[in-house]
Order: sequence, then C-alpha cells, then structure tokens
Amino acid sequence: MKNAVGGIMNSVHLPILQVLVPLLAAPLCLLINHKKLNWIFTLLVSGFSFFVAVQLLMTVSNSGPLSYHLGGWLPPYGIEIHIDQLNAFVAMIITAISTLVLLSAYTSLEDKNDITQGVNTYFYVAYLLCFAGLLGILVTGDAFNLFVFLEISSLASYVLIALGKDKRALWASFQYLVMGTIGATFILIGIGLLYMKTGTLNMADLAARLPEMADTRTVFVAFCFFIVGVCLKMAVFPLHMWLPNAYAFAPTVVTAFLAASATKVALYVVVRFVFVVFGVEFSFTIVPLQAVFVTLGALGVIVASLVAINQKNIKRMLAYSSVAQIGYMVLGLSIGTATGLMASLLHLFNHALMKGALFLALGAIFYRVGGVSLKHLQGIGKEMPLTMAAFVIGGLSIIGMPLTVGFVSKWYLLQAALEQSWYMVSLIILLGSLLSVIYIWKVVEAAYFKPALADRKPVTEAPLSLLIPIWILVLANLYFGIDTNLSVTTTEQVAQQLLQGGKP
Amino acid sequence: MTFDSDFLQMFYGLFNYWIVVALMMCGLYVVITDGNLIKKVVGLTILQTSVFILYISMANIAGATAPIEVPEGAVYSNPLPHVLILTAIVVSISTTALALALIVRIKRAYHTVEEDVIQRWDVKKYRNEKRGRGHHE
Repeated sequence: MKNAVGGIMNSVHLPILQVLVPLLAAPLCLLINHKKLNWIFTLLVSGFSFFVAVQLLMTVSNSGPLSYHLGGWLPPYGIEIHIDQLNAFVAMIITAISTLVLLSAYTSLEDKNDITQGVNTYFYVAYLLCFAGLLGILVTGDAFNLFVFLEISSLASYVLIALGKDKRALWASFQYLVMGTIGATFILIGIGLLYMKTGTLNMADLAARLPEMADTRTVFVAFCFFIVGVCLKMAVFPLHMWLPNAYAFAPTVVTAFLAASATKVALYVVVRFVFVVFGVEFSFTIVPLQAVFVTLGALGVIVASLVAINQKNIKRMLAYSSVAQIGYMVLGLSIGTATGLMASLLHLFNHALMKGALFLALGAIFYRVGGVSLKHLQGIGKEMPLTMAAFVIGGLSIIGMPLTVGFVSKWYLLQAALEQSWYMVSLIILLGSLLSVIYIWKVVEAAYFKPALADRKPVTEAPLSLLIPIWILVLANLYFGIDTNLSVTTTEQVAQQLLQGGKP
Repeated sequence: MTFDSDFLQMFYGLFNYWIVVALMMCGLYVVITDGNLIKKVVGLTILQTSVFILYISMANIAGATAPIEVPEGAVYSNPLPHVLILTAIVVSISTTALALALIVRIKRAYHTVEEDVIQRWDVKKYRNEKRGRGHHE
C-alpha cells in the first residue's frame, strides 16, 4: 500500500492527475449522494490536489519546467500540460485555500439561512467541477484547452452562486452568466484570431511564432479581445459589475472559495499571456497596455474602496474591497518591471489568504447571527471573540499593517512604483490603504463599541469546525507576513524567469 | 471602376467575415439592450454562433474536400477548427441550458422575466436593508 501511494506520488502522471482526479470525482459525488461521505470525499480530493501541487512546485523549483504530453502526442500537435513555477505556485494557493474552505463546508451547509436546503450533493458536484476547471486553466499549455476549462469552471461557479438562499442570488448568477459568457466568447475570438495567424494553439509555440508577426492587425485585435475577455473574468475595475452581487448573495463557503481562487486564476491567465505568450515587448510597446492598466488599476483602487465604505452589508463591502485589491494587482502588472510583476504575484498569494480568512470569518458570523449587515454585527465582539479577532487580523492584513501579509505585498508594490518614479501611483497605493482603514474600522466599531440590538438573540462562539480553518488562514496571514521566505523567493524567481526567459 | 471592383472583391472575398461581424454586433446589441431575459439568452447564442462561423470560415478553402480518404494531391479543409468549434458548440449549448434553467428559477422567484422589474425590486430591497428594515428576513 505504501509503495502504491509512493508510486503515485512520484509518478510522471502527476500533472494530469491533479486535474483528472477532481474532474472524475464530481460524478462520483453524485453517485455517493450522502451528506457526510460526500464531504469527506471532496475534502480528500482537494487535499490530494494540494499535495500534488506542493510536490509539483518542489519538483519544478529544483529541476525546471515539466511538460506532460496528453496521449503521448508531441506538443505542437498534441495537447501539452506545461508546469513551471508560475502555475505550480498559483495551483498550490488555490488547492490550499480550497482544502481549508472545504473543512468548514460541512457545518456551513447546515445553515438554512445561507444556502438552499437539500442541495448538498449538487454543491459538492459543482464545487469539484469548478475546482477541476480552475486547476485545468492553470496547468494547460494549450490555448483552446484554457477556454474549455474556463467554461467548465465558470458554468460550475454560476451554479454555486445560484445555490444562495436569497432569491437575488439567482439574479446575480444570471448577470454573472451573461457577463461571463461574453467574456469567454471574447477569449474564444482572440484564440481563433491567433490560430488564424499562427496556425498553432500551443502556448510555447505561439510565443515562438508571434514576435515575427507582431506588427499585424490580426495579432493586435486578438490581443485586445483576449485581454478584455480575461479582464471581465478577473473583474478589473469597469468590468466588475457582476462581482459584488455574485459575492454578496452566494453561500459564504462559495464566496470564500471564489474570492480566493477564481479571480486569481484569471490574473494568472493575464500574466501568462501578457508576459509569456505575447511577450512584454509586444504588450507594452505595440499595445498601450501600460497606460490602460495603470489607469484602470488606479481607478479601481480608489473607486471600489470608496464604494466599499458606503456599504452596509459586510459581504458586499468585502466584495468591493476585492475589486480594489484586484486594482493593486493590475497596477503591479502595469509597472512591467520584475519588481512590479513580483509584487503583483505576491499580492495574488496574500490576497487569497486574507480574503479567504475574512470571508470564512463572515461565514461563521452568518452561521450564528443569520445576517452580515452592520446591524447584525453590533456587539458581536464580546459574544464571538475568536471569530471577531480573526476578522480584525484579516482586516489589518487588507489595510497592510506590518507583520501581516498585506504589508509585504504593498511594500514591494510601493518599491516597484518608486523605482520607476511613479509618485502618483505610490500615492494612490497609500490612499487605498487609508480608505481600507475606514471600512475595516466600521466593522470593528460596530462589533466592539456598539451594544447588541435589543431584538437580536444572544449568540455564542462559532463551532470549532468553522473556527479551525479560519484560524489556520489567519495564522498563515501572520506567518507569511513575518517569514516571507517561500512567497517572496518563489515570486521573485518567477518574475525573473518571465521577464528574461519569457521569450525562448 | 477599379474602386468598384476592389470594393466588390473585398466585400465578396471577406463575405463570411462580414457576416460574422454583423452577427456578433447583433448578438451583443440584443444582450445589452433587451430587457427580456429569454431574449438576452437568444442574443448570447447569436454572439456565440458568430464565433463558430468565424472558426469554420478560417478553415475553409474554396473547392476543397473533407479530409476523409483524400486522394494524393487533393486540397482539403483543415479539420482542426471544426473539431475545436464542436467543443465550443457543446459549451455554448450548456451555457444556454444553464441560463434557461436559471430563468425558470427566476420566473418562479420574481414572477417575471423582465430585467427592469427585477432590478426595481432589488433596489427597493437594497434601500430597505440600508435603512435597517427587513434584516429580520
């Protein structure tokens, strides 16, 4: 038995197993159709993916990129699964967060205020499909496969959002479906135009062939369609309209998962295409991507933060805060230097940690109180001290206090902006932090300094099954804020590789 | 005269692509402007169909055959875009099916499939929540 497990863990088939296992597990869940067994099964699958991702990251860091040929067909013709440090790193974050979120899923699904009852099985099926789709986007080295996996994960996430108890969840899901489908169609157009011009779909092959035809209008249009499509998925500032409602009305487990993974994977796709497939030179000289991204990123940080301040529903507030954080990542990309790219990737990692912690803490509050508007939270600081403490630490991380992860990524972002003497941008980064102080403070004030409403029943601390994942994430927030070894070295290497070896 | 023939050549030579662009714009226009959810889905389908035609057009060669048992030296169409678009069609069908299923649920919850009515209901509910009413629900 031990040998068999060892055999699997060392097998050359790891890259595909990571996608295949969740994908095949989804229909199995439908067959199991048992509350507890489904949960354990899904948790195991997610945990397996996490171990595979860690294994892959270690292999890739030590001995360079892995390439797996599906069905034994050689890359330019067959489908290739390509794993390098960039996608192994993102896959590790996604799988880790997913495993933690799933830990709390069982208790959270019991909550009849949060999720439509009697849909447990469908929840796990949709969750696993979404998970498989996201991992598929990460590992694939084929542009068309990327589209297919994107659609798998999107379709599953529409279902997940529609599981929310509030009927507005249905409407939010439909709006997301329309926006998401337009985005995916744009991506399809972009890929089609690229294929028309180059005759290949393999990303490495595309990267090799594109430079010689960089001046043509087809490639330019393909780039624009592709980037706009991915930005829709990523919820970059003016294209974020689907996100607040989708996050606010989806079940809290789903919100925690999507906030920490879906937009991050879209950011990965942008990084992959801007820096590897099209190449920095094309993206930043022929297409005015820098100007576009710097404007949208800065506007996103300011406007979304201001809107977040004005929200009474904490879930929606955090959703707008997510849009602002995506603004930071886009700003990091727009700088176009190794430091900027590294800051962006670092913020991807850190934001997954902090938003995961915050949304899970909100989930615990929702579980006990039955709502997450400011009024519900009044006086909760005394009744649920551990949950609220977790929320506060997560909030400090969003603000960017030293000793939390938020500080680390903002520090590198500032450094990157100052290196280029972009003083306006560095001011905006600081202003965004100040604005986030205001909205986090609103929650702290309600929770600790206001008496509980008279008509609210007294509550007790959240159950352990919810608290454990929250605190693991919170401790990760603190740990990676102090010991930045893993995150900083990995992202630094990735950024160096992408900017130097991006063009083979 | 030359202008005319150039123009005609461009028009007929790229005829498929003109149709693609026209369909794409029609689809997007319907999605954006029409308030009826069913019609929105129709618009989405038109948008996606236009992309299918784009892919199939690029694989097409005038006078070529299908790549089945091709005699030596014969011209045949590139099968790969056809295969790709078959996948995209499946994706499109699933999206449409999911959208229609959602509309059924929306109709049951809101008793309407008109966007503006739903929007108005949502805004009212949102304002109530902001004033602190309705949080008991």
